[in-house]
Amino acid sequence: MNVLTYWFHKLGSPPVFDRLARVLAPWCYGLALVLGAIALYGGLALAPADYQQGDAYRIIFIHVPAAWMSLFAYIFMAVNAFIALVWRIKLSEVLAMASAPTGAAFTFITLVTGSLWGKPMWGTWWTWDARLTSELVLLFLYLGVIGLYHAIEDRRQAARAAGFLALVGVVNLPIVHFSVNWWNTLHQGSTVRLLGPSKIDAAMLWPLLLMALATHLWFFGTLLARTRNGLLEIDGGKDWARSIVLASQPGAAGAATERSHV
Amino acid sequence: MTAGSTLIACRALVRRDLTLVWRRRGDALNPILFALIVVALFPLALGPEPEVLRRIAAGVIFVALLLAGLLALDTLFRSDYEDGSLEQLVLSPHPLALLLACKIAVHWFTTALPLIVAAPLLGELLHLADPVRPVLLAALLLATPLLSLIGAICVALTVGMHRSGMLLALLVLPLYVPVLIFGAGACNAAGNALPYAAPLLWLGAALVVALVVAPLACAAALRISLS
Repeated sequence: MNVLTYWFHKLGSPPVFDRLARVLAPWCYGLALVLGAIALYGGLALAPADYQQGDAYRIIFIHVPAAWMSLFAYIFMAVNAFIALVWRIKLSEVLAMASAPTGAAFTFITLVTGSLWGKPMWGTWWTWDARLTSELVLLFLYLGVIGLYHAIEDRRQAARAAGFLALVGVVNLPIVHFSVNWWNTLHQGSTVRLLGPSKIDAAMLWPLLLMALATHLWFFGTLLARTRNGLLEIDGGKDWARSIVLASQPGAAGAATERSHV
Repeated sequence: MTAGSTLIACRALVRRDLTLVWRRRGDALNPILFALIVVALFPLALGPEPEVLRRIAAGVIFVALLLAGLLALDTLFRSDYEDGSLEQLVLSPHPLALLLACKIAVHWFTTALPLIVAAPLLGELLHLADPVRPVLLAALLLATPLLSLIGAICVALTVGMHRSGMLLALLVLPLYVPVLIFGAGACNAAGNALPYAAPLLWLGAALVVALVVAPLACAAALRISLS
């Protein structure tokens, strides 16, 4: 077995992943906070105001990275669900389900910031634009996956069922986007469009990209933390999980024996 | 197993499901009554002006039939799961996807087809324009099997649950969005005297794909939730 496959197999084992995640998660959170703060300063203070939208455009530094993440998290979830269903890797099941709440949160942030942006620019909180509608459907897909996952008692079966739904959704999502585009263009003609970011100034671009990096790091931080929880939940009865819990609570071993005496 | 015995199994399954529906034929009327009541609520809420109703008629009928189909979806596997015959289906040597396709076809035949037959009546209640009626029927004929096939996948995922009604709606409705857009879009195009062939062709193409893929996905989903 070559080194890479060996490393990959080893990473799939819950105790190894847990050790790795415990080390990596704080780094992800810390870097995300630092980079996010720099990006916010760059976006809100350093970047020039837009010649048409004034300062109102600055919400782009939250809105667009969150929108990117809402799609990235879904794709990440679907890829892991596929791996979990085909190769039955326990870690992938947990990873897929761990990315769902964060992805749903990013989708929600996208919708909220989008409607806050739409009020001054379009004069309305909500318009039945193709992109808005697809993002809303994406949120419903996330909520469906999360709802199904929590409705089934057996954790592993729940993860497989919800992962399957995520895969059905990933087939459906392009169709939804296409159909909504078609529906919108047939009925409304051209809506008021924002300036495309195609000719964005470098002073606006670097905070945007830095913020995208920060949101990715934040996503992986929450992913690692959630996956640790999920693995502990599934493997709760095993030795490695017990030893971690006992190590994190010095008094726990004593308390457990005391309780058994009472 | 030979091909002949698979055919016999499918035929037996279809006959059994039809017999079960026939023994409780009163229940078969419920989706129609539901759709009728939903459609009757709209004039009560929006006022009886024929112009207003004519403009929304096709969309309202589409949504009413979609919701009626959603409520009827629950019966697809419910009784079979409760008496254990669903597990026997999964254990049988015949291809599960084929057997499920038979079940879905019977379910569509007994729940969706009566709704389509009732659709012209619902259209009269909402003053549906005459040129839209054939388009609405064609769109429904293409869209309702698609809805049954997509819905069957989600029902298979929730088959063991007790209170799956709301959850099933949450899973199914986002997947129904494109079907609704194309179906109602064709009707609205016909209402505005625009060409309506394209959305109908899209529905037909989607139906062909779903006829092949959805039973396989349904079988995979059923194996997950019965494992």
